[in-house]
Amino acid sequence: MSPAGTHQRRKAFWLALGLGLASLVLLALGMSVGSTGFDSVLQMQRDPQAFLIVSEIRLPRTLGAWLSGALLGLAGAVAQGLFRNPLADPYLLGSASGASLGVALAMALLGISPLATHWLARLGLTGAAFVGAVLAVLLTLLLAKGVQHTLRLLLAGVVIGVVLGAITSLTLLLQPEIMQAMQSFMLGSTAFVGWTACALMAAVFAAMMLAAWMMGHALDGLALGEATAQSLGLPLAWMRAALVGVLALSTGTAVAQTGLIAFVGLAAPHLVRSAVKTTHGRLIGLASLMGAVLLTAADILARGLVAPQELPVGVLTAVLGGSYLLWLMHRHTERTGGA
Amino acid sequence: MTQNPGPFDFARHLPAIEARGVCATLGQRQVLHDISLALPRARWSSIVGPNGAGKSTLLKALAGLLPHSGSVALLGQPMAALRGRERAQRLAWLGQNESAADDLTAYDVAMLGRLPHQPWLAPASPADHAAVERALRATQAWDWRGRALGQLSGGERQRVLLARALAVEAEVLLMDEPLANLDPPHQADWLLTVRGLVAAGKTVVSVLHEISLALQADELVVMARGRVTHQGACFDAATHRALEQVFEQRIRIHCLAGQWLAVPRL
Repeated sequence: MSPAGTHQRRKAFWLALGLGLASLVLLALGMSVGSTGFDSVLQMQRDPQAFLIVSEIRLPRTLGAWLSGALLGLAGAVAQGLFRNPLADPYLLGSASGASLGVALAMALLGISPLATHWLARLGLTGAAFVGAVLAVLLTLLLAKGVQHTLRLLLAGVVIGVVLGAITSLTLLLQPEIMQAMQSFMLGSTAFVGWTACALMAAVFAAMMLAAWMMGHALDGLALGEATAQSLGLPLAWMRAALVGVLALSTGTAVAQTGLIAFVGLAAPHLVRSAVKTTHGRLIGLASLMGAVLLTAADILARGLVAPQELPVGVLTAVLGGSYLLWLMHRHTERTGGA
Repeated sequence: MTQNPGPFDFARHLPAIEARGVCATLGQRQVLHDISLALPRARWSSIVGPNGAGKSTLLKALAGLLPHSGSVALLGQPMAALRGRERAQRLAWLGQNESAADDLTAYDVAMLGRLPHQPWLAPASPADHAAVERALRATQAWDWRGRALGQLSGGERQRVLLARALAVEAEVLLMDEPLANLDPPHQADWLLTVRGLVAAGKTVVSVLHEISLALQADELVVMARGRVTHQGACFDAATHRALEQVFEQRIRIHCLAGQWLAVPRL
């Protein structure tokens, strides 16, 4: 083994270990934050109600935040590798606007709201979000005539995003009473995540992680340019299709369960890359862990900052992620001499 | 090449790459017009010509990276019949202005050159590591193998990309402007590397805009306006005349200290 390889590999290992430990700490912390405070954890053994609060509300939602963050981190790493653009984010292919439209239409047509706790209604909304996200990505692919031209894909994604966003606004104008419920979806929240949602996200995450890891070499090759990747004999056509599939499914699943959470997918791969220079096989895993830690931490902050009230977690990630991005741009312009 | 019996070594004289009637268009414009040429095996051929002559496009077409009409044969086999992986093991290609891979280390980039030889999902073998080390040492990039490409200068980065192409250890190596950003000592190193490859029986094809460096090759392919106007040995006077003509008589080929040089004619 080369000494150069081992140095970065050791860094990657420590980062993975650190993020894993942070995840455990955050999961424990997530169990103890809530409107009934830490008491619920202390009385869990004796009080069945406290036990229910911890096991049926706090634990699944904390785990849900972790899984959703992991899905977004994974999607972000795949998007940035696939589009060879460090500012690409998981929502690029129109999945966010598609999910919003799906939810808006479902609420307008069925008269259900995300505040309804009945699981059937909830499944209806997440289902609508997922179908909307996947349909929007398919529409983008149709408009871009396939996955072969990344620039056309990006442009088509932007067009789809604008058009679907306009239709969503129109739906909201026609049905103003769903405006508030819609708002909470657009801001993103982990409040409705139960064990079913956790199981679903875990299954999708495991499958997508495996698929993305198997495609790691293709992403590395793509980093050298399309022609070079092709000259290395990589089957680009179907690998790109598979990567778009991974991107669409992970984003769609995350958005369906926790709404439009901003910046986690963008910032997670960046944070990993600024710490360790590694190949995509490892980057994808580390970005998932980073996204999971970011969103879980943001969720706990959102629940704890103004307790017993809580902030929508999407607001927090947007503010924190936005500041991070500004700092990144500032640092970048400083380094390149204002270019 | 001693293992081949017989008075006429057919395999050796078979061209490494043979193109027949290759036409290619970029957008609406036809860039290559009915190109037929044979590039000899175990030789270094340089493709030269004015800007926009179609040199890079031809190299891409020869590498099987560009849709084109006509046929290209690699080592006697039709390129179209080769699977991507088989082609990638026999032919390595180095492009110009390809994207950066800023976040990969020099070592990881060079290791990508071993992809055609690795089974899918298999970790790099000791042979892969050895090939990468040879390639990085050949371009003097071994010392900063742990640094990310984004932290390297243009010339250092070019040497890593060169090492990536060398690490393939393919029979045929196609390089588009391999000397971009390289300083004179590293240009000389590159010449020695290429001579070593050719001596070992490999075929090298390069596109070079620096005529004096191109004249160091064995064979010269002169292009203009999407056509091959001349192909011949670099020491041949006819090749020199063709070169001077294609550059509108604005250069002169002189011999200095046993080397052919192109100097501007003012």
